[in-house]
Amino acid sequence: MIPISYYLILSTIIFTISIAGIFLNRKNILVLLMSLELMFLSVNFNLITLGNYLGDLTGQVFVFFVLTVVAAESAIGLALLIVLFRSKKSIDVDDLSELKG
Amino acid sequence: MNIELVTFFIFSTLLIFTCFKVITSSNPVLSAINLVFSFFLSAVLWLLLGAEFLSIILILVYVGAVMVLFLFVVMMLDINIAKKTAAYIKYLPLGIAVFIAFNILIIYFFINTFENIDYNAVKNIEIISDSNTQNLGYLLFTKYIIEFEIAGLILLLGIISAIVLTYRKNPKNKYQNPTKQISASKKDRLKIITDLKE
Repeated sequence: MIPISYYLILSTIIFTISIAGIFLNRKNILVLLMSLELMFLSVNFNLITLGNYLGDLTGQVFVFFVLTVVAAESAIGLALLIVLFRSKKSIDVDDLSELKG
Repeated sequence: MNIELVTFFIFSTLLIFTCFKVITSSNPVLSAINLVFSFFLSAVLWLLLGAEFLSIILILVYVGAVMVLFLFVVMMLDINIAKKTAAYIKYLPLGIAVFIAFNILIIYFFINTFENIDYNAVKNIEIISDSNTQNLGYLLFTKYIIEFEIAGLILLLGIISAIVLTYRKNPKNKYQNPTKQISASKKDRLKIITDLKE
């Protein structure tokens, strides 16, 4: 049996990679959304791991709901991205500072 | 070393490598494809954890639907590729610092916390059969039925909002305007000519 901390450390590494990705790719909203997907993946890893090791199926049920919410979220986010691209002709975050005087 | 541990190490190192490729590659298409790879690899790891249904769902829903959506959007948007700008270099030390700090903090916590855990502390599993899918379906349709229906509503909301946001009205389209049709009175349409004989 694989120790539980291996899986938790793996999910931590994925989570921190996605945080670093959000820091690094601040220009490109598309890669920001992909980093967000990686973050959700690591959270799901945690839920499944702990559910498995505690012998409780509720973790997997929760992952199921997280998957549906993430699917809806990415659909809406990409739709917003397309609307943004139509009006601005770019997906650069720096071009969004319209309220800055 | 047993086969399970070997499988875990192979797939987890590949997973971390592909995750790094996602955030560092300059082309968004390459990022999306590496994300697909990382979903496949984590599906294998979920199989190791005994979540068969969810690992198949991860491949079907994520790789089949969400990532294809991402690739479509990447192809629809006309982005200039390979523009590693000054911002990337500017934020690189901050990104690396955050990465290392978070890793040290959380891994230290995990190593110390789960050393002497009693894995049989909670045995709440509702076993209907040996099949993971059957157990999950039983839980979803009995204990979590309200949440299940709310999840359906959220998906419906996602469909509607995505369509509303991206819908473009074509000016050439011919369609009826029900408000105008209902509000039309008899006088607008009907003209009675009485003195026809004269």
